[in-house]
Amino acid sequence: MLAAVEVTSNWYLILSAALFAVGAMGLLIRRNPLVMFMCVELMLNAVNLSFVAFGDRLGDIAGQVSVFFVLVVAAAEVVVGLALVVAISRRRATTTADDLSVLRG
Amino acid sequence: MVEVIVFFVCAAIVLGGAAGVIIARNPVHSALFLIQTLFGMAVLFISLEAHFLAAVQVVVYAGAIVILFLFVIMLLGVDQAEDLNIEPIVGQRFVAGILSLGIFFLVTASLVGSEDAITGARGSSGQIVDETVKPNVEQLAETLFTDYVFAFEATAILLTIAVVGAVVLARRTKGDMLDTPKNTLEIREENYQARIDARAAELEAEAAGNNSAAEAPDSAEAGDDLVDAADATDGGEA
Repeated sequence: MLAAVEVTSNWYLILSAALFAVGAMGLLIRRNPLVMFMCVELMLNAVNLSFVAFGDRLGDIAGQVSVFFVLVVAAAEVVVGLALVVAISRRRATTTADDLSVLRG
Repeated sequence: MVEVIVFFVCAAIVLGGAAGVIIARNPVHSALFLIQTLFGMAVLFISLEAHFLAAVQVVVYAGAIVILFLFVIMLLGVDQAEDLNIEPIVGQRFVAGILSLGIFFLVTASLVGSEDAITGARGSSGQIVDETVKPNVEQLAETLFTDYVFAFEATAILLTIAVVGAVVLARRTKGDMLDTPKNTLEIREENYQARIDARAAELEAEAAGNNSAAEAPDSAEAGDDLVDAADATDGGEA
């Protein structure tokens, strides 16, 4: 019975949706900015998976090229975000997201 | 058959890691769970025949980004656990759960029905040809360096800007520059000296107390002896 089942790209898209939802939930409930960044990475990864799944379904290499660019943007985002966290933590004792309601350091 | 098993095992790894990221109290554990998710994702990429991306996923994400996270966590010493029992905004988690479930069902609902519920459209760029004819890396490179070469150059500029921005943000300004870091040995020497001084002062005070109480010159002398001994030890150290 199982032999007849084939993995279709819809399965990957549903997994991608689930991963995106988990990442979004983490972003909404956690207060540590570092963990929030990790949740953003989860969401970016979910989108990467759907890019590759669509590329596979349509037989188009552009899906994989898009993932390449998303990777680069994610790396840049993490670098700047972590530099911000370092800069904030130098001036304040705590760096939970609740305390960072003002732009002024 | 094998593909089905691989998919379900990887899906469990990916979702388990994702749940771990948001449940773990310690940010270090969150980072390690993130690595788990990224590895599961790399295997899924391989099963989708995106071999280059699977390698890049492991090298860039697990090897660079998560290490950067761990580096910052340990550099700042913010690895203390967060108390997850406190809910800072009342009803925050309930609303967050509703919203994320909404996202999930909204996206999934559009997929349910037939396999062609979402058709998508092919891009203008090249199509994926058989692995045996042309390797995946070669196909990706050809597309990247012909149709997307402008975007590729733009990412180079983006990365440069990100690096410069990170340096500017994390740099110490001239005003609150720390002193030049001292040699560890010097610092230890100073601490030792401070301990000896404190001990000497303590002994002196004790001796003075004894003097006033019993008028005993012997104890005062003993105290002086100890101070002298401490000084001698100090000199020997130096």
